Parts: sequence; C-alpha cells; structure tokens
Amino acid sequence: MTKSRVFWAVVAPTAAIFTSLLFTYIILKIRGVDPIEMFRLMISYGFDPRNLVSELNQTVAYYMAGVAAAIGFKMLLFNIGIDGQYRMGAFFGAVVGAAVSLPPILHVLVIILTAMLAGGAWAAIAGYLKVRRGVSEVISNIMLNFIAAALIAFLLSPSIFGILPEGTQVLQTRSIPASGRMPTIKAFDGEIYTFLFLAIFVGVSYWIMLNKTVFGFNLRATGLSFRAARSSGVNAPGMIFVTTVLSGAIAGLVGIGTLLSDTHNYSMAFPSGYAFTGLALALLGRNHPVGIFFAAFLWSFLERTAPVLEFEGVPPEIIIVLQGTIVLSIVVAYELVSRINLRQQQRAVGSVSAEVIDKDSKSVKETK
Amino acid sequence: MNVLEISGVEKKYPGVVANQDVSLQVRQASIHAIIGENGAGKSTLMKILYGLIKPDAGIIRAFGNEVNLKSPQDAIALGIGMVHQHFKLADNATVLENVILGSEPTRFGFLVKYDEAREKLKEISKNYGLEIDPDESLANLGVGERQRVEIAKVLFRGAKILILDEPTAVLVPQEVAELFANLRELVKKGLTILFISHKLDEVLSIADEITIMRRGKTVASRKPSNTSKKELAELMVGGELPKPKVGAAKISSSSILNIKEASYSRFDKREILNKVNLELHGGEILGLAGVEGNGQSELVELIMGLIQPSSGSVEILGMNVASHLTKDIRNAGVAYIPQDRQRDGLLMTAPLWENRILGHQFNSPMAKSIWVNKSAAVEGSKSIVAEFDVRTPGTNVLASALSGGNQQKFIVGRELSGDPKIIVAAQPTRGVDVGAQAIIWDHLVQARSKGAGILLVSADLEELFSLSDRIAVIYNGSIVSILNPRETSPEQLGLAMTGASKS
Repeated sequence: MTKSRVFWAVVAPTAAIFTSLLFTYIILKIRGVDPIEMFRLMISYGFDPRNLVSELNQTVAYYMAGVAAAIGFKMLLFNIGIDGQYRMGAFFGAVVGAAVSLPPILHVLVIILTAMLAGGAWAAIAGYLKVRRGVSEVISNIMLNFIAAALIAFLLSPSIFGILPEGTQVLQTRSIPASGRMPTIKAFDGEIYTFLFLAIFVGVSYWIMLNKTVFGFNLRATGLSFRAARSSGVNAPGMIFVTTVLSGAIAGLVGIGTLLSDTHNYSMAFPSGYAFTGLALALLGRNHPVGIFFAAFLWSFLERTAPVLEFEGVPPEIIIVLQGTIVLSIVVAYELVSRINLRQQQRAVGSVSAEVIDKDSKSVKETK
Repeated sequence: MNVLEISGVEKKYPGVVANQDVSLQVRQASIHAIIGENGAGKSTLMKILYGLIKPDAGIIRAFGNEVNLKSPQDAIALGIGMVHQHFKLADNATVLENVILGSEPTRFGFLVKYDEAREKLKEISKNYGLEIDPDESLANLGVGERQRVEIAKVLFRGAKILILDEPTAVLVPQEVAELFANLRELVKKGLTILFISHKLDEVLSIADEITIMRRGKTVASRKPSNTSKKELAELMVGGELPKPKVGAAKISSSSILNIKEASYSRFDKREILNKVNLELHGGEILGLAGVEGNGQSELVELIMGLIQPSSGSVEILGMNVASHLTKDIRNAGVAYIPQDRQRDGLLMTAPLWENRILGHQFNSPMAKSIWVNKSAAVEGSKSIVAEFDVRTPGTNVLASALSGGNQQKFIVGRELSGDPKIIVAAQPTRGVDVGAQAIIWDHLVQARSKGAGILLVSADLEELFSLSDRIAVIYNGSIVSILNPRETSPEQLGLAMTGASKS
C-alpha cells in the first residue's frame, strides 16, 4: 500500500506536467512555431550553468513561499497573505539589520528572527480575526496585503526609514553592514545564496514537526476535523491561530535570501505575487518538502526560460499559461488518485468482510 | 392481490454485496414489515424501490406491471412514496407549505393554488385521521406531528404504497401508539405500507406480514400469528440473540462526577440545560434517557469541557470543568465515545493507527515527550482490531474505508484502552450490528466491574434497561426523574421521557 502511494505521488504530478506540455504544444503549433524545437531551446537555455544559479536563488524564495502555504493548507487555511507577510519580514529584517551592530553570525540570526517575527505578527492579525471573530482568512489576508504594501511605502519615506541614494529613483532602506550579510558560493560566474541551506533546513523541520511530533499531530488533526480534534482534547481554535502565525513566520523568510546575499537593503523593487505562487507550489508539491522544492525549481526554471520564447516571436506569457495548466491538471490528477486510493481500500475492507460473512454463513449452516 | 412483487433483486458495491436474491410479495392494503439488523440491506432495498438506486439485476413489478425506476419522480408517479427517518421539513414554513413544496398545484404554471391545496390537505387529514392543521407553523409541532406531516406529504402526491423507514426511531412509546393507529387507518382505506424496523415488539404488534433480511438477502417471511420474537431475532441474527451479562454492581460511595445546578444557554440565549443535578459513582452505569434534543448532547459536552456552564458547576474527578481544559479532563482518565462518531470521533481521511492516537496524544505510550510514538500506535490499533473484531485488512487503511459499525468498534476500543475512570458513552451501539453490540456491551460491563463509572446516553430503551444501574430521565433540559430499571416498566420510562410525570 505504501509502495502504491509513492507510485501515485510521482505519477500524478508527472502526468499533470505532460498534460500541460501537450496543451502548450498545441498552442505553439497553432502559432506556427515548431514546439519540439522550442522545448529543446528552453531546456538547453534553462540548464545552462549560469542560468541554473539564478534559477536556484529564485527557487529559494519560492520554496519558502511554498512551505508557508503548505503549513496553512494542512490546517485548511488558504494563506493568501504570504505577500504581505513576506514584505513585512523583509522590510523589518532590513531596517533592524541596518540599525544594530552585532558580531557576524549573531547579526544574521537577529535579522532572520526579526523577519519571522514580523511575518508572524502580521499573520497573527488574520489569525485572531478568524478565531475570535470568524472572519475568513482569505478576505482579511487580501486586505492585509494591501495594508502591508501601503504601510511599507509610507515607512520608506525619507523622513522615516527610507533613503533615496543619489542617481536612483528607488526608495530603499539603509544597507545592512557586512556583519549582517550571508556569504554566497561562487559558481559559474554566479553566486548561490547560502540561505539555500537554511531554506532546506526549514523545509525538513517543517516535515518532522508535522509528521513526528505531537504538536504536528494536533495540527493535522485540527485540519482534518476541527470537531474530532476538539473532542480529543486539542485546543482547536488555538491551533488555528498558532498555525496561522507559523505560516506567516515562514512567509517572512521569503525575501531574506535576496536581502542578505544580494541587495542588502529593502526597496520598492522587491517583487510581489508570492502568495499565489506559494499556494500553487504547495498544491503542486503536495505539501511535501521535497515535492515543493521540485515545484519551486520548475517554476523558476520556466520563468527563467521565458525570454527564449520571445526570441522566436512567441509571447513569453505562454509560460503563465503553461504554469496555469500545470496547477489545474495537478488538482484533477490528485483528486483522481485519492479516489482510486479510497476505492482500493474499500475493496480491501470489503473483501475482508466478505470472507467473514462466508465463514459466518458456513458456521450457521453447520449449527443447523 | 399483490401490489408489489420483487424477485431476484441484486445490488453490488465494490467488495460489498448490499442486496442479493431479494424477493418480496406485498399484498394490497396490508402492513408489510421488513426487519433486519443494521447493514442487512433494508435501506438499500427501500432506496431501490424509491428509485434512488438502480439495481444490478432483478425484476420489480408494481400494480401488476414490470417497472424500471430511474428516479424518485418515477416512483412517485407510480404511487410509491417514502417517509424518511430524518424528516425533510422546513421549520419556518407552515404545514401546508411543507406539504405542497415541490408539487404545488398551480394556475398558469406559476401561481400557487393555496386554497385548492388547503382543501385537498384537509380532506386527506380527515380521511386518514391525521389531525393536522394546514396553517399551523411547523416550528410549533412535536416529533409525532411532524411525522404525520411527512405522511401527509406523501399522500398529497397520490402515494398508494408508503415506505416508512424506521418511523419509530425518534418516537416515545405513546407517540408510537398514535402512529400505529394512523397506519391502521391508512390500511383500512386501501393503502399499502412497507414498514422498516429492527424493533421486534413493534413489528409483531403492527404488521400483517414480516419479511426478514440478513446479510443482503431476504431469508424468510412470517405472519405475526405464527412466529415469536425469539424466532424473528434468530432469523435476523442467524443465531442466538446476545444479551449483556451484567454482574452485581460494586458501586463506590464517593462520586466521581458531580453536576450541581448546572445550566447552559446557547449563543442565541436559548436555555438548553436548566439546573441539572447529577451524580455518578465509580462502578456504576448511569443511563441517561430522553427523547433526542432534550439537552443530552449539551450535557455530554459540558462534562467533557467542550462548553462551559452559564451557571452552576460540573466537577469531574475532583476538577471543576470551568477551570480545566478538555485535555486535562481526558488526561485525568475520562473516556469519551461521542454520539456523532464520524464528525467527533474520527479523522476520517487518516489511517487507523493515527486514529488510535486521537484523544491519547498527550500521554504515554502514544506520545514520548514531544514525539508521536508510531510503533505504539500501530501496536495499539492492531490489538483493538483483534479484540473488538474490527473488520479491516490492516491499520494503514483510512477510517472512512470502514463500515459504520467497525468504525464504532474501533472508537470504543480506543476509548476503553488505558483503564479510564469515567466513560462518557453517547449512543455507543447506535447503527452497529448485533454482534458488535454484544462486544461493546461486554466491554462496558467489564469496565464497570473494574470500577469505572459510566454515563450511558442512549435512545435504545432495551439497552438502557439491561445495562443501567440507575436511569436518569432528561426532559427539556432538566433531569425530571431518576428511576430504578428493575422497578420501572418501559411505559413508565416513556411517560417520564415526555415530561408527563412533572406536570
């Protein structure tokens, strides 16, 4: 049974990716472009070492967003607030990092903790509203995303935390000193963020917490059935709140790789849209840390190769279509798999009962 | 004349045979009872007759013609109507509105002819002695009256054959008598009734013919005049009917659960419990009887710390629930068998071994400091499967793959593990077959002789009478009397359940 589960866990996403490739193939064909040649170009460009490095760095950010979304999903929470939480985390990480002076490793730790605190605290607002006031986390988080963006824009004004360096048009925070930066690994003319290892550590911890600890059990139980968890003695509303905060704390780490290894300051140039991506990746990776990692890599790979399409006269937006169809087909594929699994199990249970019935009816005959 | 003839009906689900070789002849103007244990295939057969399920094989002849029922509409058009066990009525509408809903007589296709409908309903009510007022608001009606509205609804659609699915499950004895009078009236007027039940006394008193189902098959038909309760039971079970073996009680003098003047008001300020006083001792089974919806669920939730009393106190094993969490209450040794097993007792989409942990996750051996102890959980679930005869191929299957009775056995096994001091058992044997019922009763009695105090909330009067040392009767949120089961008749208990003894 475990074997077949692993088998389906691999087959489903693969099938989904092939379905969406087929779909893209048809679209490209209609455009009059040779799809096979196009795919070949994308692959050779995407796997070029220099591009791989920047794909990997982007993967780190996507990975954190995916893990943050996955924790929420385990509680049936739709954390669409990852965008706001990530901004709060990166911004306050940058501000605090530039304001304090500490020995090297400690300095980095303080920045990371600040980012998690800021992301978590921002998510806590949505968590409180949900648990105490019954406000849907989707609605409150969408609002909180806007509020976070506006609040940071305000705080970035030169009279508060922002500076406008000469010759630029982009407001930004003060730079974090060298002691608060994370090293990079030089590879193929590029630099890999060492935050990558921390991200992997977070992913693994997430998995262990969820599957091996009592806390994780309570979290999953509450997500599977609020009432059953409550009856078993879990403080279910409390679990919802804590999970929301945890998801926000990890979302706070989304921009930290870029901040500590590349820009060293937060600016209005930090990208947006991590919430939707994170949710899609958690879905694609089935809330599993390894799955999310591959999904995150696939995403940054596709985005990185989009310009190739432009050279051939195909609008690069086709990548978004491709991503969209992947998510859509994965949802269908997983639903199919879970139905197949349940049916298999019911059949197994049924055959056990049938055996017992056979035995019973025999023994009834014997007694007569 | 036979209005309904069924032969060789078969319905299979993956791995489960729900109906096989089912044959039935129903005479016109008779009450034909179909009895069998839960899971014997009664409901499947009725759903086939009402067009909700298509059989895989077999012939159904209604009023002399072979029919092919594709939907309930087909069945209604033929004159077959169904009165569901759980009423499908709108509380905030009148009786008339409820009755005509879905088959409104209209003018020009959109104007409802209320007057005509009202006249028709009055006539039905008069003809069949149903005594319902078309303009009464449904919210004011009791359970028995609601059932009559359901019957009127079916008659309004011109049904000649009425299928009644466990109609007495929600009624107290007095209401059952009224229902039976109504049914006799219907039969006198030429209607035919299919009466589904597993209560043998009732079937013997009302039916003209009894068909017994077991394991998906119709095994025999009897007339009440030439059969006995014992024979019916044996036909149903395929052997001897189990009885709980209750030994002498060793009731301790100290109370382990003490409810004093506890009241509870819902969010909408409605008072659900009103100054409840109740005491439970170690080594006793205290039955809690009452018509459903009189505050039993809330009382149980109060004891488990899931809701807080608005006044008064609940003290369990020396802890005041107001200042303790459900977790503390469970840790102190209180087991909880919830009434709604699928919503409150199980993680339906989690494997059995994880369900073994539920409720025990704060203690050794299911937890080792902060870690879940999977091997203990797997071992624990295996021993429940063996001891309670849970029919499953392993402990890795999802809870939702098991049948209801097996889910219940698993829950009872889990809750009784670790020698609890108090067991709050709400409807512990509802919807389980006789074999499972016997296993569950045995274990409850064993727990009692080990000194546990058991609060047994049940709608099954036979269960209450045979297991309880005392029976508390709850009515309208208050405990109206505490009876000795050995000195009380079912009629007296039924009367107390309607609150009659109070007024």
